[in-house]
Amino acid sequence: MSDTTLRTPTQPIEIRFRGGGFVPQSRRWVGMVVFIFIVLFIQWGTQSGLISPLTLPQPADIMTTFVELWQSNLLFAHLAPSLSRLVVGAFFGASVGIAVGIMIGLFSYVREGLVPLVAAIFPIPKIALLPLFVIWFGIGEGSKYALIAFGTFTPTVVATYGAVDNVDRSLIRMGQSFGLSWFSIVRKIVLPGAMPGILSGLRISLAIAIILLVAAEMLGAEYGIGAYILEAGSLYDLERLFAGVVILSLLGLLTSGIIGFTERRLLGWRV
Amino acid sequence: MDIRLDGISHFYGATEVLRDVTQDIPSGKIVCLVGPSGCGKSTLLRFIGGLERPSKGRVLQLGIPPSDCLNPLTFVFQDFSLLPWRSVRGNVSLVLEDHGIRGKKAQTIINDVLRRTKLSDFSRALPKQLSGGMKQRVAIARALAVNPAVMLLDEPFSALDSQTCELLMDDLITLWTRQPFTAVYVTHNLTEAVRLGHRIIVLSRRPGMIHEIKEIDRPLSERSYADPELETIRKELWELMREEARAADEELQHV
Repeated sequence: MSDTTLRTPTQPIEIRFRGGGFVPQSRRWVGMVVFIFIVLFIQWGTQSGLISPLTLPQPADIMTTFVELWQSNLLFAHLAPSLSRLVVGAFFGASVGIAVGIMIGLFSYVREGLVPLVAAIFPIPKIALLPLFVIWFGIGEGSKYALIAFGTFTPTVVATYGAVDNVDRSLIRMGQSFGLSWFSIVRKIVLPGAMPGILSGLRISLAIAIILLVAAEMLGAEYGIGAYILEAGSLYDLERLFAGVVILSLLGLLTSGIIGFTERRLLGWRV
Repeated sequence: MDIRLDGISHFYGATEVLRDVTQDIPSGKIVCLVGPSGCGKSTLLRFIGGLERPSKGRVLQLGIPPSDCLNPLTFVFQDFSLLPWRSVRGNVSLVLEDHGIRGKKAQTIINDVLRRTKLSDFSRALPKQLSGGMKQRVAIARALAVNPAVMLLDEPFSALDSQTCELLMDDLITLWTRQPFTAVYVTHNLTEAVRLGHRIIVLSRRPGMIHEIKEIDRPLSERSYADPELETIRKELWELMREEARAADEELQHV
């Protein structure tokens, strides 16, 4: 080059850094900040009159309603039956769902027989079947358990057999090559291998269970969060309606927290 | 216990993979199977281990395995195949549990094989914490725990870097020298074959047939890295395989 002398740098120049980024990083406080910001904004808007009290209740009033609910012990009168319905219904739905999903994953006959059936049942809005469940199981707790169980069952089945299908086949070959019995292979290789998929399926199933819980309680219950929300809604008592919604959100956070805890305990082996 | 391959042929659909392979595998020797990719050497190993069935021919066992042998035909896989949710100790214990070996007796066996594979300090570690070489040592420890009559090694070191591979070959030679075992060792790496094989069987490209059998008499413990005599044998084998390897490489994949 002719202008070599011009281009020779007098000073060494540090290489410009151009890597990094594109990796999600843990910023746990951001979620809290966003939440607080939204609540404060609504509080400010409703107080200043920017948002009319007919559109949204004041967060402070919702809080007061919630505290009153707590103090009058009505909170537990509503929460206890809801929780027991959720636990019983989701437990039955999820355990039968996991059992059937594993059977589908393991036996070709069961798969060919049940997969189309599950696909046919999955898109039915389970709430539409509530009258049927009332006839079958009575107007009491039975029909509510059945509705929640049925709604939890289908997504659990689909997630479970998918998880069983995804178990590393080379691990199963390994088990066979060491002469492990069929039952040992299922218990020691297939089940732990399917656990991540089953747990992430449960996350979805439990959220659906909460939705169905409210739906069932709206259609016939004296106590329960759904009944509480329905009553508040029919009176256009927005504070109480929102207090009920807050309880549901907390319930959602709680179940997702329980699944997260289980995942950390059981799936620590994942890379 | 010897193994006899009796006229083995195999087809995947219309593709002929192996044609009339007959061979005896003598006990106490390491037999290496080499050949270009797709020549059916891993398939042949799975026949010997009973994980697949040949279309024609039989795999025979001559004699009875010793009574203390829990799993006569034992694999060491290329991808290690360790259960990621079990510790090193748990992975070895897995293959003993089904034989009803638990408690003290199991602990003795596990401690012994972990010591032989130099893993005693890592018995509580999970596979995700281990390097590739250590994972394969766990797989070897697991194979030793069942006291196999024949070890079936399916490209055990091909997922590892060459230094680790060198170290593990030394380990394998030490293990064999201390207590000779029968092994069928599938590899595409001729250096590994001339270091570890008492007999090297060269398969031709698809359909795989026995192309050449080479016996190496020199004891394993005397074979060293870059040994000139082994190097000559390696070159000789490579000359045999070169054209076939090229042709195999240029073949279209049957998908």
